[in-house]
Amino acid sequence: MVEDAEFQHIVRMEGVQKYFGAVHALRDIDLAIGRNEVVGLIGDNGAGKSTLIKTLTGVIAPSAGRIFVRDREIEATSFSVGAAHALSIETVYQDKSLGEKQPLWRNFFVGRQITNRFGFIDIAAEKRVAQDILLNTIGFRGAGISVDSTVGQLSGGERQGIAIGRAMHFNSDLIILDEPTAALAVKEVRRVLDFVRRIKASGHACIYIEHNLAHVHEVADRLVVLDRGRIVANVLPRDMNVAELTEYLIDLQAHA
Amino acid sequence: MRHQATPAWLRLEGLPIIVVFALILGLFMYTAPVVFLHPNIYTTLLSTAPPLILLAAGLTFVIGAGEIDLSFPAIIAFSGYVFAVLFKQYELGWFAVLGAVAAGALVGVVNGWLIARLGIPSFIATLGTQFFWSGMATVLSGGKSYALRGAEGSSVYRVIVGVTGDPNGVAWQDQVSVQAFWTLAIVVFLWFILNRHKFGEHVLFIGDSNDVARVVGIDVGLEKIRLFTLMGVLASLAAVMLTLENKNYFGNQGQGYLLTAIAAVLIGGTSIFGGKATLVGSVFGCFIIWMLEAGLVASGLTGAWVRTVQGLIFLIAIVFYLLVEEPQRREALVARFRRPPAPAPASRIVITSRELRK
Repeated sequence: MVEDAEFQHIVRMEGVQKYFGAVHALRDIDLAIGRNEVVGLIGDNGAGKSTLIKTLTGVIAPSAGRIFVRDREIEATSFSVGAAHALSIETVYQDKSLGEKQPLWRNFFVGRQITNRFGFIDIAAEKRVAQDILLNTIGFRGAGISVDSTVGQLSGGERQGIAIGRAMHFNSDLIILDEPTAALAVKEVRRVLDFVRRIKASGHACIYIEHNLAHVHEVADRLVVLDRGRIVANVLPRDMNVAELTEYLIDLQAHA
Repeated sequence: MRHQATPAWLRLEGLPIIVVFALILGLFMYTAPVVFLHPNIYTTLLSTAPPLILLAAGLTFVIGAGEIDLSFPAIIAFSGYVFAVLFKQYELGWFAVLGAVAAGALVGVVNGWLIARLGIPSFIATLGTQFFWSGMATVLSGGKSYALRGAEGSSVYRVIVGVTGDPNGVAWQDQVSVQAFWTLAIVVFLWFILNRHKFGEHVLFIGDSNDVARVVGIDVGLEKIRLFTLMGVLASLAAVMLTLENKNYFGNQGQGYLLTAIAAVLIGGTSIFGGKATLVGSVFGCFIIWMLEAGLVASGLTGAWVRTVQGLIFLIAIVFYLLVEEPQRREALVARFRRPPAPAPASRIVITSRELRK
């Protein structure tokens, strides 16, 4: 965790634009995420959710606009995934976060291994910490999962748990979840929503991208609605129930 | 879905391939006892298998990263040429070895750059560089071969490809080649790099998925350049050993290794889809490929059978690993014979009625 007590927003975007050739993918994005806020990001396919997240995490550079991390402006040109990690921002992509054939302990540490100065990995230390994350951060008990299990042996919900647990262990102040419940069984969805609650309870912030409105409505503090590259609404879950929200989104599409 | 914990001896790296090796060895001991119950075949193995093993070791990384290198026969030609000229014409001794390694590294860097920075698929990029560098070697050498007569007197020869005992001795203990020890040391070192070093871990994650590797913060391009450079260096070492061992350089001395080295790696259990690599498996894969060549001939079959049987074993191994170790691929194969799946719903904002009632 970056030690910095006095800041209001973990990230803030001001007037961010993104063009892909002639396509205006993000228009005048103003978005601020509080330090312990769970924000649900919703919108139809192609609304720009992924582009927004990629801009926020240094995967792609914005065409214009300013990005602040912990109230400090960052240089958009030098912003990268590594820089985002260094600023304690971590993204959990739907199925791009874990190496399928690799054991869990490698997955926890890849990209920031515990090594000696020649780059050789301290496997015993990594396994010890991985075991601790498995039991205490994520709360996997029994169930036949060990740090030597490969990701391929896990269910979809367990994978999300591993990726979220990794982000929490490395004290990411902002954890971005990209459709973590897509293609999961109901029981698995419950587990993932519990992981999101753990993020909130542990004092971190979270941006939660989701197609399933009921899921995101259940755990988010605030819902941000994106439509054709523009933020069209900020909704508090207590002001609108799931049915009303659905109605609103269908209306939005009908007026396209 | 979940696997039972397997006992330690079953998790031994490369176990299936070691068993296959033992079975084939046993078979040849039975069909050709004169050859396979005599130490000479094994000292010959130690003197001629090292180039194949070095190539297979490099390819284990390359294939483990989900890439392929077809250019290493050309590296053997080009590096071998650089070595032969510097060693014979310019009498540079150890600097000839350095020159050869630098040439191999150069080819590797170019390969890596084409693949990582320009995004050319490795299959195509290295097919192109294979033509380029082998052509270059032919042009520079004028198609001539270089006989390195008198090389056995040099320290380069004695240190790299000498024997443990009296070179003129007839006992097998005199005829153990030192290149076998060099190769063993290099393979052990590479084993630690693959299994214990950051680079090895990055290679396996890249092989698993380039996207995942990028998301977890691996510099995929840089690691790929390193990967192909490592392959180039190992191929150049193979070239030096081969040229010294034969005391002769000729332009197509690497050609026979293209399929055998790739086959050895895949027989050994490294996944053709990347993400999983075993050096122990590759070494035993080399032994199998090498032994088939010696054993089939010693068993009385003509040389023409060797490639046929090697090809068959190669295919059997790939199908075996595909079905045993890649459950998703197996399911995909089975699914191909079923009805196509129903099309996905058009909109993905889905709310089930059950959830609405909550």
